[in-house]
Amino acid sequence: MARVRLNNIEKFYGELHAVRGISLDIPEGEFTVIVGPSGCGKSTLLRALAGLEEIDAGTIEIGDEVVNDMAPRDRNIAMVFQNYALYPYMNVYDNIAFGLRARKFPSNEIETRVHQAADMLGITDQLDRLPRQLSGGQRQRVAIGRAIVRDARVFLFDEPLSNLDAKLREEMRVEIKRLHQDLGKTMVYVTHDQIEAMTLADRIVLLRNGKIEQEGAPLDMFERPVSRFVAGFLGSPSMNFIPARLAAENGQINVAFSDGLSLPMPSDRVSGLEPGREVVFGVRTEHITRDRGANGRAGLASLRVKIDLIQPTGTRTYATFQLAGEPVMAELEAHDVERPGEQLSLFFDMNRIVLIDPETDLVIQ
Amino acid sequence: MTAVSVQQPLGVASSKGWWARKANRRLVVRYIVATIVTIIFLFPVYWLFIMAFKTPEEVFASPPVWLPSDFSLDGFVELFRDGDVNTVMNSLITAGTSTVFAMFFGTIAAYSLARFKTGGDNLAIWIISQRMIPPITIVFPLFLMYALLGWIDSFHGLILLYTAFNLPYVIWMMRGYIEDIPIELEHSALVDGWTRWQVLWRVVFPMARAGLFATAVFTFIFAWNDFIFALILSRTEVTTFPVQMTRFFGHQQTFWGKIGAMSVIGTLPIFFAVAAMQRFIVRGISMGAVKG
Ligand SMILES: Nc1ncnc2c1ncn2[C@@H]1O[C@H](COP(=O)(O)OP(=O)(O)OP(=O)(O)O)[C@@H](O)[C@H]1O
Ligand SMILES: [Mg+2]
Repeated sequence: MARVRLNNIEKFYGELHAVRGISLDIPEGEFTVIVGPSGCGKSTLLRALAGLEEIDAGTIEIGDEVVNDMAPRDRNIAMVFQNYALYPYMNVYDNIAFGLRARKFPSNEIETRVHQAADMLGITDQLDRLPRQLSGGQRQRVAIGRAIVRDARVFLFDEPLSNLDAKLREEMRVEIKRLHQDLGKTMVYVTHDQIEAMTLADRIVLLRNGKIEQEGAPLDMFERPVSRFVAGFLGSPSMNFIPARLAAENGQINVAFSDGLSLPMPSDRVSGLEPGREVVFGVRTEHITRDRGANGRAGLASLRVKIDLIQPTGTRTYATFQLAGEPVMAELEAHDVERPGEQLSLFFDMNRIVLIDPETDLVIQ
Repeated sequence: MTAVSVQQPLGVASSKGWWARKANRRLVVRYIVATIVTIIFLFPVYWLFIMAFKTPEEVFASPPVWLPSDFSLDGFVELFRDGDVNTVMNSLITAGTSTVFAMFFGTIAAYSLARFKTGGDNLAIWIISQRMIPPITIVFPLFLMYALLGWIDSFHGLILLYTAFNLPYVIWMMRGYIEDIPIELEHSALVDGWTRWQVLWRVVFPMARAGLFATAVFTFIFAWNDFIFALILSRTEVTTFPVQMTRFFGHQQTFWGKIGAMSVIGTLPIFFAVAAMQRFIVRGISMGAVKG
């Protein structure tokens, strides 16, 4: 077990600047999820950490050693790959034992460890099968088993679940989370799936174009995004963004939309907001609720809208309406709205909305 | 209800019979065509083999003799008596050894090209372009060089030449096979604690096994079939069998029995090589490595 420290990592692929000055401190035993859209440099960063990719600048520390010039085998890490990377010509037992053999474990030790790992992952029955005789979920378990048999200092996962179907992905997510709780090892997990990031992480590192956009605990990032990108990336369905302008009226500040509608900001959230300023108004679907009246809660602002599309999921119903010419989605209770075309009063929870500077895309409030 | 259930099986049965007959007829036609094609392709092979067992009179008999009367082994006996079979041995040694060398160095070079992008794309193209040179254009400069070095009519001379000549082919083929191996398999092994050389041995070779065998067989065949280099660069000591073959067409006499027998012997190694290759080219060997 060990902490991991990245200092100003730079990586170029020819002209392409894939990783731009990334610094990261991963405490011992923490589950860190690196998340971001496709091509943002997640895998590159992980491969650099594993020693599979040379970096052009910066230092990588594992434990207290700088490992920049250390071969992958000497870094004592374990890695799980997106496409499982199982050896097709070896059975499951040999696949799991492969890394132990490399490190010259005695054969009885190998046997106990392989069986232990197989037990843990429920693949004991499959030990003498070939990878091609396994289902996707079983293959992924073997790949994870191969990583956990060794006492690696750090575990790296590169999108281990993205080849699985939705249901299996949820199951494996739980298993990986449990694995982390049981083993207590430092884990770095790469994904482009924000749900995986939110559910698994002790800490999320959100990458964009090779740079860290924001890092923090999942709920912190979800509730206090620093930019439009973060706000839009985390959360599903993603946050609604509507262009607006700040307007002063009766001593309070309103968010005014181009179609004449406006929503008042709570009085404790107006400092630093100059009237007249252009903003992007961001609101999560779950922060728009049905106005049931007589609800004295501070910061709820009501707006009457016409629903033009509904998508019931059973537990909730997504209702879409137009605001300033933009489609806005609200996540209502299942029976709040029955059919498109209905007129409805909706509450906007103005305590939870974000205001974004359209120039910089940074969150103002 | 009952009426329907009684009638339906009848209808199904009759239409099934019609389909079955039609499918049967198609199968028969297919077999006939396949048989004819096989005969056309195998006939020269048959003729070659049969010639080895014919007496000289039978070789030229008209109408042709389809089955020799008493399977004469004279051709083979003469080959052994006159020491002609030594040239087959020479061919085996030069082709076999050069194949081993070409495969070894070629595969390592191919790995470097495929994985470390050594020399970018251009080096790989340049290497394969070497293989496109017509042998005849370099054989005379080579002759002068070999004469100077005293390598004419030597095993190492021919082995080196065949190795050099086949290296581009091996590099080119193996580069493709290696590039087809999912790089994660190697990455995973490296992280697991193996060295590069161990990864080559334990991951790359098993993964590229089919390609290795196929390439080796072709490399062997190229060397085995070479005529022009061997003709110019050998004299009496290291004559290969194709060169020896030309000597059976004499001024006074053509040794048809020897030609037939030598042809058979010369074909056998290729026959076995291809048979062995077939066993190893198992499609889908890499299935299960990655999804799908
Ligand atoms: N070996 C390589 N050679 C050249 N460019 C590369 C190489 N590997 C990655 N890149 C480029 O570097 C950038 C980052 O790639 P990387 O694989 O790290 O992205 P990623 O965040 O893992 O994306 P994904 O979610 O699609 O896996 C991409 O633009 C990619 O095209
Ligand atoms: Mg990736």
